[in-house]
Amino acid sequence: MMIPNNKEITDDLFQPAESEKSREVILRPNITYWQEVWKRFRKNKAAFVGLILIAIILALAIFGPYVNQHGYDEQDLTRANLPPKIPVLEHVSWLGLNGMDIQGVDRYEENGISENFWFGTDNLGRDLWTRVWEGTRISLYIAFLAAIIDLIIGVAYGGISAYYGGKVDNIMQRIVEILVGIPSLIVIILLILVLQPGIISITLAMVITGWVGMARIVRGQILKLKEQEYVLASRTLGAKDRRLIWKHLIPNSMGPIIITTMFTIPTAIFTEAFLSFIGLGLQPPIASLGTLINDGYKLLRIYPHMLAFSSIIISMVMISFNLIGDGLRDALDPKMRK
Amino acid sequence: MEKILEVNNLQVSFDTYAGEVKAVRGVSFHLNKGETLAIVGESGSGKSVTSKSLMKLIPNPPGRIVNGEILFEGKDLVHYSEKQMQKIRGSEISMIFQDPMTSLNPTMTIGKQIMESIIKHQNVSKTEARRKGIELLEMVGIPQAENRFSSYPHQFSGGMRQRVVIAMAISCNPKILIADEPTTALDVTIQAQILELLKDLQKKMGTSIIFITHDLGVVANIADRVAVMYAGKIVEIGKVDEIFYHPEHPYTWGLLGAMPNLNEDAGELITIPGSPPDLLNPPLGDAFADRNRYAMKIDYQMEPPMFKVSDTHYASTWLLHEKSPKIMLPDVLKKHRQTAPRGKQNEHLAKRKEQREKLLEIKNLKQYFTSGTNLIKAVDGIDFDIYKGETFGLVGESGCGKSTTGRTIIRLYHATDGEILYNNVNIHNKKSSLDTQKLNQKIQMIFQDPYSSLNPRQTVADIIAEGMDIHGLSINRKERLEKVYDLLETVGLNREHANRYPHEFSGGQRQRIGIARALAVDPEFIIADEPISALDVSIQAQVVNLLKRLQKEKGLTYLFIAHDLSMVKYISDRIGVMYKGRIVELAESNELYQNPLHPYTKSLLSAIPLPDPETEKTRKRIKFDEKLIWNDEGEEPVLREVKPEHWVSCTEQEYNDFKNYFDVI
Amino acid sequence: MGRYIFGRIGYMLITFLVIATFTFFLMQTLPGSPFNDERLSESQKERLYERYGLDEPAPIQYVKYMTNIFKGDFGVSFQYDGRAVTDIIGERIGASAVLGAQSLLFGCIIGIILGIIAAIKHNTAIDYMAMLIAVIGLSVPNFVFAGLLQYWVGVKLQWLPVAFWEGFEYSILPTIALSVFVIATIARFMRTEMLEVLGQDYIVTAKAKGLNQFAIVMKHGLRNAAIPIITILGPMTVSLLTGTLVIEKIFSVPGLGEQFVKSIMTNDFPVIMGVTLFYSILFIGVVLIVDILYGVIDPRIRLSGGTK
Repeated sequence: MMIPNNKEITDDLFQPAESEKSREVILRPNITYWQEVWKRFRKNKAAFVGLILIAIILALAIFGPYVNQHGYDEQDLTRANLPPKIPVLEHVSWLGLNGMDIQGVDRYEENGISENFWFGTDNLGRDLWTRVWEGTRISLYIAFLAAIIDLIIGVAYGGISAYYGGKVDNIMQRIVEILVGIPSLIVIILLILVLQPGIISITLAMVITGWVGMARIVRGQILKLKEQEYVLASRTLGAKDRRLIWKHLIPNSMGPIIITTMFTIPTAIFTEAFLSFIGLGLQPPIASLGTLINDGYKLLRIYPHMLAFSSIIISMVMISFNLIGDGLRDALDPKMRK
Repeated sequence: MEKILEVNNLQVSFDTYAGEVKAVRGVSFHLNKGETLAIVGESGSGKSVTSKSLMKLIPNPPGRIVNGEILFEGKDLVHYSEKQMQKIRGSEISMIFQDPMTSLNPTMTIGKQIMESIIKHQNVSKTEARRKGIELLEMVGIPQAENRFSSYPHQFSGGMRQRVVIAMAISCNPKILIADEPTTALDVTIQAQILELLKDLQKKMGTSIIFITHDLGVVANIADRVAVMYAGKIVEIGKVDEIFYHPEHPYTWGLLGAMPNLNEDAGELITIPGSPPDLLNPPLGDAFADRNRYAMKIDYQMEPPMFKVSDTHYASTWLLHEKSPKIMLPDVLKKHRQTAPRGKQNEHLAKRKEQREKLLEIKNLKQYFTSGTNLIKAVDGIDFDIYKGETFGLVGESGCGKSTTGRTIIRLYHATDGEILYNNVNIHNKKSSLDTQKLNQKIQMIFQDPYSSLNPRQTVADIIAEGMDIHGLSINRKERLEKVYDLLETVGLNREHANRYPHEFSGGQRQRIGIARALAVDPEFIIADEPISALDVSIQAQVVNLLKRLQKEKGLTYLFIAHDLSMVKYISDRIGVMYKGRIVELAESNELYQNPLHPYTKSLLSAIPLPDPETEKTRKRIKFDEKLIWNDEGEEPVLREVKPEHWVSCTEQEYNDFKNYFDVI
Repeated sequence: MGRYIFGRIGYMLITFLVIATFTFFLMQTLPGSPFNDERLSESQKERLYERYGLDEPAPIQYVKYMTNIFKGDFGVSFQYDGRAVTDIIGERIGASAVLGAQSLLFGCIIGIILGIIAAIKHNTAIDYMAMLIAVIGLSVPNFVFAGLLQYWVGVKLQWLPVAFWEGFEYSILPTIALSVFVIATIARFMRTEMLEVLGQDYIVTAKAKGLNQFAIVMKHGLRNAAIPIITILGPMTVSLLTGTLVIEKIFSVPGLGEQFVKSIMTNDFPVIMGVTLFYSILFIGVVLIVDILYGVIDPRIRLSGGTK
């Protein structure tokens, strides 16, 4: 076989190399688990866009209603059914933000209104910009509340069931199996009928069946972790329950818990809107995205703008949360990490 | 000899999100007609990628063949289209994979899976294909082939499934058979059967075999020629005798030296320090330089070419250059050339016998599990003692209950029946939490899987200090950290590693962190549950040497559980052989290996492939007849001392036979 | 296997009893009364109460109710002047069944195709497009989507009718609106499963046999990837049920969902209870069938006779 040109190979090259090298080198960079997750998450463009969108929507839901001085329940029939009109954007004709209705009549000019209603007004003359963001806020509030309660109950139930195992697990799982057999939609509808629609009752109705999903995920995860050798190692070292749970089981269950929560939120938003749509939503004048959509439907053919904005926002919120959830799932996927 | 395959300068890369991983970096070799070429190397050496590339089975993306030629009967497969390759695959070149549990489609009958390839390549009718399929199943030794033709994979055992995979691979009389670690997932006795089958088939069909493995014993058993791979390159290639008896590359020395020899009590195993390089940024010069104790300056500057040792033997190391100082083959390796004198008594053991005291006594220990309505007798009444300061080895094949025994002793399971006495106190009846805590400190465990035995969310310092935290062994943070530093250095790591997370470490490093964690509470007795079976050979030696050193320094007692009999023999003073939840034989390790009495032990010992081609050529495998094992009928065999310190599970009658036999001697 | 099915049926019964009881007692505590009409005098109300058995104590009503259920009698409607609830369900179920079946079929076919294509073209623009569509389909609520369809296809373009149920063309828009979620869910699920399967060793084995990509996907991939899809048919049914309530209302389809929503508005308890129970039976039945089907299709479960 070939040997490189001998001229280059001088005698001194065959001196033993100084062993300045550290034998135990570490090849991977020193970053924590969550730093790595964040790094991977950022690489996922769709998920990152979702995160930014949610941040913007959240900011608007919190501060949006204060941008103008209209209240969400402030009626004024003289300015009813105004189409949206936004300065600057009104010149982009295809956006339809120029105050014209579907007949091409400028309602602002006709009614002599000088103020611009960015999202238009509804049939009672309420400012839709304020109502939409107010509604977004309430929808998000219900969704977050439901997700958090689901999380607390689900983690506790699933965790206890899996951790103690044996008979406890057996009984708790039987209960879950029965609950899983009940279509949640039915329970929610019946409960709302009984409790009367309201923020708390809607949240509660969703939680009553919603926690089961989280409980099952957490149980599965804990059961898997319990057999992991580091948990066994901790037990052989004499660790007590508290240590096992807080140092080993919970930190390593965070991934699935966060992912499940991320998918619970859009589901809750959808359920709330769905309830409003079949007439079991929040009562006026309180607005939620669902009630706004329901109201918008009534005048869909004449004033499509009343449906448009709330629909766009609910869709954006749902898409964003789903994208974030997908991104997190990929970023937390243990298969990618070794 | 006629070359059937020639590979020239093959380079394969994977594009990952961190960059290009150069998995195979210029591999050249050839394969002769009818021979077996073994490619041996550790995980990540590129041996598997090389073999898959030959059939262009590397998923693309991310993998791609960057450069090189694969000449099969003179035609370059690298430039073959996917369509052309489909004609080659399965008919001209076929492949057997590592894990028979996953390499068969679970929802298709094995018959259909075999017929698939016959129909595809041989253009025959379904009935003809079926007839041929049954014939093949018979050929690979599947009983009642006709009946089992329409069974699903899950209805077969692992060994049987691998036979099915082999039947599939040979269905079209391929010219080359690539076997990618075909026995790694199997127990040693099954492995021996599969190796025999492959050799047998090769004789009948004249197939050339490329055999990928990490096990030098298997290589010695099956190979005609051997290629040693390291970091994506072949570092040494030659006939099997040349590689085993005249190795020239320091890496080959390391690999051979890291294997204990069954016939001899060697001192320390040779280890290869450090771990393999990162192929994302392969080092300049010789990739092995960092781990080579004979490294020269040139190793860091230039890649060594292949130096010719003989017509058939080449090695890629600067040590073979004419200007290089002559390095003698390390002494330890010479052991592979001769069998050591037998019957050499281990003196210090004999001495210790007089003054030894029992640390642990296991009496009639039973551990049953229920799964649905089935009662699984994982451990079914075992007795043994472990003396202070000794290493007790527990061996057996998967599912024999050896790990369960370890876990029951440390009370991860609650024993179904029996007693475990530690220092004469029954530890399974402990009620007081203070006693329990003391016990938790004295008995520790080292686990098998270096990837699951460390909590990925904790820093190394927190992992190691966990025991100290639980038992309140350190007064303040500073002291705690100092102790962690000490322990890291004890197990051969650096103090800088304390703040890092487990995933940053290699398998061997992780295993040492696990050892440090166990040591942190100053235990007396350590249960090592297959601590090396997930590690590469060279890394195994590091861990075993560390365990031996620690035992000497700290006077530890070990229960060493493993399926690798040669390692167990090397490390243990006494050994118990388990089979189906019972101990069938128990003796001092030399005695057990030289005079096995129980048929199961005999078959187990005869199945271990040794890294010595001479022995392997003449080896006779002793087949084990399951009928010889008690099946709940007749007299129950009991563990009896047939000879001082040598216990065998036998019936009264057998016991007397043994007695008479030994009295005559 | 027989034991297993038997056990499942047992569960099914318990679940059903729980639902029936729960439904009954919730209805008892309901604040609204169906006869809250100011024109009715007290005595008229009392007569109505007596007629519908509402004057009896709750336990007796409960026992009567439960026995009737097992006789297949779900009571009579308050609103439709004594018509049996089962009759109303029978009359309304047709449109819903057609709508549901069409959506499920359409959704599954498109979803599976989309999922397979995405998996085969993993990490290419086609994959990204398919998954973007799937995320949107999963996220955009069906009533928003229905509104969009109604406004653009129905009102603006006037291609298809936007309401009522008088022939196949009337079912197209509601079917599409209802199947979007099915398509998205199945496509995502199928893609994940297919990728998982395509990464398995036995796919490499098949490839090493010389099979081409198409044969590998169809013979080895599809079956293994499709088996788990059966498991999401349960949740799928629920989303279809939920969907029909909304979609039937929007497109004025005379189905069970529309009736249910109407009954909620008018506090027609017997109908609400009846439809609730009907939905529950449907759902429980689907879950049971899925369980059994899974065992039948997967030889690992079928032949070992064990549970999952």
